[in-house]
Amino acid sequence: MKVERKCKILSKEWLNHDAVQLVLEVGDMVGESFRNPGQFVHVKCGEGLLLRRPISVCSCEENEQGDRLTLVFEVRGEGTEWLSERQVGDTLDVMGLLGNGFPVKPKGRYLLVGGGIGVPPMLGCARTNGGKSTAVLGYRSKDKAILVDEFQADCAKVLLATDDGSMGYHGFVDALVRQELTEDKNYDAVLACGPTPMLRNVAKVADEFGVPCLVSMEERMGCGVGACLVCVCDMKDGTRKHACKDGPVFDSKEVDWDV
Amino acid sequence: MCKLILRPIRDEKPDRSVRPAAPEENLPPVDMSVTLAGMTMKNPVVVASGTFGFGREYGQFYDLSELGGICAKGLTLHRREGNPGPRIAETPMGILNSVGLQNPGVDAFIETELPFLRQYDVKVIANISGNSPEEYGIMCEKLSEAGVDMIEVNISCPNVKAGGLAYGTRPELAAEVTEVAKAHAGKVPVMVKLSPNVTDITEIAKAVEGAGADAVSLINTLRGMRIDINTRRPILKMNTGGLSGPAVLPVAVRMVWEVSNAVKIPVLGMGGISKGEDAAQMMLAGATAVAVGTALFADPYAPLTVRDGLEKIAARQGLSAVSQLTGGVKPW
Repeated sequence: MKVERKCKILSKEWLNHDAVQLVLEVGDMVGESFRNPGQFVHVKCGEGLLLRRPISVCSCEENEQGDRLTLVFEVRGEGTEWLSERQVGDTLDVMGLLGNGFPVKPKGRYLLVGGGIGVPPMLGCARTNGGKSTAVLGYRSKDKAILVDEFQADCAKVLLATDDGSMGYHGFVDALVRQELTEDKNYDAVLACGPTPMLRNVAKVADEFGVPCLVSMEERMGCGVGACLVCVCDMKDGTRKHACKDGPVFDSKEVDWDV
Repeated sequence: MCKLILRPIRDEKPDRSVRPAAPEENLPPVDMSVTLAGMTMKNPVVVASGTFGFGREYGQFYDLSELGGICAKGLTLHRREGNPGPRIAETPMGILNSVGLQNPGVDAFIETELPFLRQYDVKVIANISGNSPEEYGIMCEKLSEAGVDMIEVNISCPNVKAGGLAYGTRPELAAEVTEVAKAHAGKVPVMVKLSPNVTDITEIAKAVEGAGADAVSLINTLRGMRIDINTRRPILKMNTGGLSGPAVLPVAVRMVWEVSNAVKIPVLGMGGISKGEDAAQMMLAGATAVAVGTALFADPYAPLTVRDGLEKIAARQGLSAVSQLTGGVKPW
């Protein structure tokens, strides 16, 4: 199996001061290794940096002329800074698709929860599931909001929250999750991606309502395929799993939220 | 007399904006096989312990039989969950890790991982760490009975509290562990993995040679630290970890050179190798074979790139066998 490909940047857009959206042409990558929305790619960010950067896939499609992948990432450090400076036509060294993703069923009805740069992978879930889901999206402030129009096009309902109240509900997404689960008892599962404190709170609410909850965990990663064992996630049973190979998506009940 | 050269008239001028392709090289074949402490490998490239799991992950991407050998992930007598995260920090041309020997235990390795590796035509080197000389002995006995090709005795892990590095920094303890391992390993050769975190690595190398080691491997990682200046916290949860990657190559080459001058047993050289030139340096310094580790994280195909690069270098230098590089450095 081929895991590493040279991929051309087809388009590049800045979604806000920090977030970049790239569309890549990735050969047969999607056909070869797509399992679920919420998988990630491992991207080489220049020669000076040894480690690749894991970036979750926003959406992807198979295509006879070459599969396409949409990535949205935030400039956080040297690696993502380098990546944000690439231009249309440049080539990236990409490993993927990696990880398990969210096992979204086309007929299921999901409450999709995204926080900040955890928002993009939830769009792939919304599209797989044909517009039946509800999205709860949280951002630090209005100027940080990304992909809102896309979610509105692909979801039955979109609820927005900002930490500073500049757009939508003033507060965190877990309050909106609580409100939604109170009003609507017909969700098959809550699927969430975002900062760990957000995931912990969302998992707690889902648990109170007895709704299954899957969370996508972010950890500092090495090899991306499960060989180096660095991207460790503590489990309730005392074992330590790895985000790249066992995840990044875990059942929230398995995760030890107290560490 | 003047000879007239007729040039063909070309319709199109060559594109001078791109570099023309290099003329094809017709290189003679090179014998890539090497023998490390009686264990013959088809090429000198091994993957380093802790960077390749038990082969299953990278085995999805290429045939493991392409490799000379596989040093499996470090084993302990009982299952270990390893250290809390974060376990990795990127540094200039390197990484710090503090995995802390997470592994399923020696019995699980023998039961499920060894049969998987045995499907391939590749030498299997088991790597072991113990809390006491007795633990090393028990593991050697089990592994020798299970039939691995070599046992790498790790006395240099910087990321565990008990054993590990403590044995690797004191010659008398290193010798004791080696003796016990040898006594229980039967016919399986024993290679001792040395730590660079010592004042004089040749002292430890000589001590393990004296205790009967069949080979030494070096270097394990160098202890290091990285701090987040905003939170003022070390990036690694264990505060410190082991440095590897291209940044450590010159240190590794120097230590391999010193050790191979100090002992008669063969050396498996490692530390920062990511291309053929690096491996050639390591062999010239005295290594019989080389291991590739951290380079895998940037490029899963790195061991194959190193092997092919090494073959090309040997061929260009007119060598009939890659083993002719070993110890070939000409010091001033």
